[in-house]
Amino acid sequence: MNDKKRTAAQQFIEAIPYSRALGMVLEQLGDGVAAISMPYDARLVGDPKSGVIHGGAVSALMDTCGGAAVMSHPRAPSATATIDLRIDYMRPARPGDRITARAECYHVTRSVAFVRATAHDADQDRPVATATGTFTFDAAKGDRG
Amino acid sequence: MSPRLRPEPVQIVKERRDAALQSLIGGVPFIGFLGIRFDRRGDELTAVLPYDDKLIGNPYLPALHGGVTAAFLEVTAIIGLSWSLVWEDMEAGRVDPRALDATHLPRLPKTIDFTVDYLRTGLPRDAYARARVNRSGRRYASIHVEAWQDNRARLFAQATGHFLMPDRTAPPADE
Repeated sequence: MNDKKRTAAQQFIEAIPYSRALGMVLEQLGDGVAAISMPYDARLVGDPKSGVIHGGAVSALMDTCGGAAVMSHPRAPSATATIDLRIDYMRPARPGDRITARAECYHVTRSVAFVRATAHDADQDRPVATATGTFTFDAAKGDRG
Repeated sequence: MSPRLRPEPVQIVKERRDAALQSLIGGVPFIGFLGIRFDRRGDELTAVLPYDDKLIGNPYLPALHGGVTAAFLEVTAIIGLSWSLVWEDMEAGRVDPRALDATHLPRLPKTIDFTVDYLRTGLPRDAYARARVNRSGRRYASIHVEAWQDNRARLFAQATGHFLMPDRTAPPADE
C-alpha cells in the first residue's frame, strides 16, 4: 500500500465513529484482504479481575476488518453490510497488548461475500479468536460476474 | 407444618436484588463505555443501550456499528447468564449481595463462541435486548439473545452463544 492509498484508507476508518472511538488503525488493505489493529484500552475491559478486553470489543474489530476485506475485493462492491458473524474465542488477549485482526474475503457471489478472519495479540503463533462471516455484496454496475 | 415466616418488607427485597445486579454490572468498564443499563422486573432483565453518536458504524445512513450490536448482545448474554446464577444463590440465601463490592465480584462466564444474525439496520435510536438461558449446565451454557428498537416483534438482531461456566465451588473473593 503506498502512502496516498494508506492515507485514504485510514480516512475511511476515521470516518466510522465507533471504529475511531476504539482507536482502530488500518494496517493492510487490498485484493479482498484487510488487516486492522486496535490498542489496549482500559475502558474496553470485560473482566475487571484479569484486565482482559471484552469479547464485544474484539467483535467490532473483526466486523470492521471483515467489511473492509469485502470492500477491497477486486470486483469492487458499492456497499456491504454484515449478514452474520460467528466468533470463536480461543484464549483471552493479553492485557496491554495491541490486537490485530486479519480478514480475507475468499469467495463472492452476485449478492453474498464470504469472509474468514483471525485475531492475534503480540503472540503471533496462537490466535486470540477466529471468525467466519457472510456480508451483503452489491456488485458495481456492469459487473454481474 | 413449620410456622410460616413473615414475608420480608418489599423494599428490603428490592434493595437486595438491585444491589446484586449492580455488583454484576458496575465493575465491568466495557459496559460503562457502551452506556448499557439493565431494567429489572423480578428476575427478568432488559438491557438498554441508549443512543450515542460514537456508536455509529455507517455515518451516511446512519446506522449503528455491527460491532456495537454484537457487543450489546454479548453483554446481555453474559449478564443474563450470571444474573440467573446470582439469583439462584441469592434466593437460596447462599450469598449476601451486600458482601459483593468491587473487590468481591461474582465470577463471570467466559464466551466460547458467539454468532450474531443482523436482521435489520440498527437505527440511530435506543436499543433493547433480552437473553434466554436455553441450557445452563455445570460446565457449559447456551444462551439466545434478541434485540429490538421501536417494536418488540421486529428484531434488528439476534444471537446464540456458548459459555464456559465460572467456577462456583470457590468463594468469589479469592482468585
